[in-house]
Amino acid sequence: MTDSVDLEADAPNSGGLRDSLREFWFYFSGNRGAVLGLVVFVLLVLLALLAPVIAPHSPTMQYRDAILLPPAWAEGGRSGFWLGTDAVGRDMLSRLLYGARFSLFIGVVVVSIALVFGVVTGLLAGFFGGWVDAVAMRLMDIILAFPSLLLALVLVAVLGPGLTNAMIAIALVLQPHFARLTRAAVLAEKNREYVVAARVAGAGSMWLMFRTILPNCLAPLIVQGTMSFSNAILDAAALGFLGMGAQPPTPEWGTMLAEAREFILRAWWVVTLPGLAILLTVLAINLMGDGLRDALDPKLKRS
Amino acid sequence: MIRFILGRIAYLVPTLIGITIVAFGFVRVLPGDPVLLMAGERGMSPERYAEVSRQLGFDRSLPEQYLDYVWRLLHGDLGTSLVTKKPVLAEFLALFPATVELALCAILLAALIGVPAGVLAAIKRGSWFDQITMGTALVGYSMPIFWWGLLLIIFFSGMLGWTPVSGRISLLYFFPPVTGFMLIDSLLSGQKGAFASAASHLILPTIVLATIPLAVIARQTRSAMLEVLGEDYVRTARAKGLPPRRVVGMHALRNALIPVVTTIGLQIGVLMAGAILTETIFSWPGIGKWMVESISRRDYPVVQGGLLLIAVIVMVVNLLVDLLYGLINPRIRHR
Repeated sequence: MTDSVDLEADAPNSGGLRDSLREFWFYFSGNRGAVLGLVVFVLLVLLALLAPVIAPHSPTMQYRDAILLPPAWAEGGRSGFWLGTDAVGRDMLSRLLYGARFSLFIGVVVVSIALVFGVVTGLLAGFFGGWVDAVAMRLMDIILAFPSLLLALVLVAVLGPGLTNAMIAIALVLQPHFARLTRAAVLAEKNREYVVAARVAGAGSMWLMFRTILPNCLAPLIVQGTMSFSNAILDAAALGFLGMGAQPPTPEWGTMLAEAREFILRAWWVVTLPGLAILLTVLAINLMGDGLRDALDPKLKRS
Repeated sequence: MIRFILGRIAYLVPTLIGITIVAFGFVRVLPGDPVLLMAGERGMSPERYAEVSRQLGFDRSLPEQYLDYVWRLLHGDLGTSLVTKKPVLAEFLALFPATVELALCAILLAALIGVPAGVLAAIKRGSWFDQITMGTALVGYSMPIFWWGLLLIIFFSGMLGWTPVSGRISLLYFFPPVTGFMLIDSLLSGQKGAFASAASHLILPTIVLATIPLAVIARQTRSAMLEVLGEDYVRTARAKGLPPRRVVGMHALRNALIPVVTTIGLQIGVLMAGAILTETIFSWPGIGKWMVESISRRDYPVVQGGLLLIAVIVMVVNLLVDLLYGLINPRIRHR
């Protein structure tokens, strides 16, 4: 019946994906910070992927003759351990490299879960309205009523400490932002002509929600996704630092900081380096996020 | 106006009920027997178990238990700590001023630096000042504050020896709490050096807790200011030949501050989350540290009560901010 109607042709920006990508890059590359963030981020991804190849040691191997060695350039450092060793003689550089895998993995998983659940909730709420909307949005309000880190902490206490549960908890806490954003976008789009046209052409609810409306709500979701990515990394590190995230000897940066706390006045490198890694990663992502927002938000575009 | 206020309060009722359900449900979804968890006793005899179960109301149906829980809440009964055997509410009230003192100092610091920095950055858009300020703000916004706190301890306490590492005041001083705010109490005590000690203990935690709100406020002020500076009435004021200082101060700033006030108010959630980390690092005896310790000690009545109280406080502060926004921005009221 509807086979003969090309529903997608009704969407406003269906023509020329390449053009919109080029336009996007034009605005994104105009932001030096964003490009710098992208470069650092790509570098981090490469380091994380290649960690098993480039890490000089195993991240969990304990060298009993090399405990709390300072970095190689400092007095007392050893050339085999570039960034020194921690309190049980593990190579800092190798642990940091493997830590990048955990942080990026956490970011990807948390944002994926939060995005999928948030988008579906927001689509349903915005599209159907009525009691579905009321119930879903009140649920989101309740989640947002708690300070995010506190709720994540308590959730992990319920589920049991560990990286997986920490990721689930953080995803749940971040999810309402996606739901609210999607709902707002759906409400703005739902009565536009192209949606009505698709509906008249016989598109079902599922098609309307996912194929007609959703692609036109993507811009704010991408920006929110980037921001959530950095939040997820920060929150997971905070949970690790509080002993509720990844458990030792996992080389997760927050967990490494927790283990290093008692040595803060004796061995600066065990404290400084993991935190610096977190800061650089989060900063790179936030720089990209700012660039994405400027490039994707037509209101801010310089004409 | 009254209708506006009542409407906002009514809107919060479902959320408030939701919060109590979360707090109520929390102990019931924990892995393990809630009776054992809430009683915190090991090797109970069956008679004792039945007694505790009846005492805590676990022998009744869930809806009954919930109504009973709400009934107790309304009478100020939030349960008893398993560790200290003191009422949760009393413990909370004893520790709360420490967190409020820290949070107030932090938000004051953040606003006092963030607003002028944001305004200046907007006026001098594109200048080196703008770029450095906004770059710094983004670093602050990306900061893992638990690490930032450790760095400050290493530098100011470890290397320079300027500030103490933990606590609210040196152990040399002792006086009964009057207001619960150490800065005020130390002055009231009249002891020499007490205020200086309290202040020096407060500096680093304040900086750490202020970092993220400061960054958010500076960024928000800048963009609010830029938006206002592009408005017609500002152009008109300029065209009339008003001096730039008057245009910025009278016409632009007053309108730009409306969203900024909201931003400052909405930092309460960020502050509460930040307090958890800041208080843990500096051993600051407030509710953030109390919650973390209670979670690791499995003191579930405390976690349950603290979760509820913190959420309600955040909600009430957000409501006040909302009302304030309506007060200073009449456009909102009539929607």
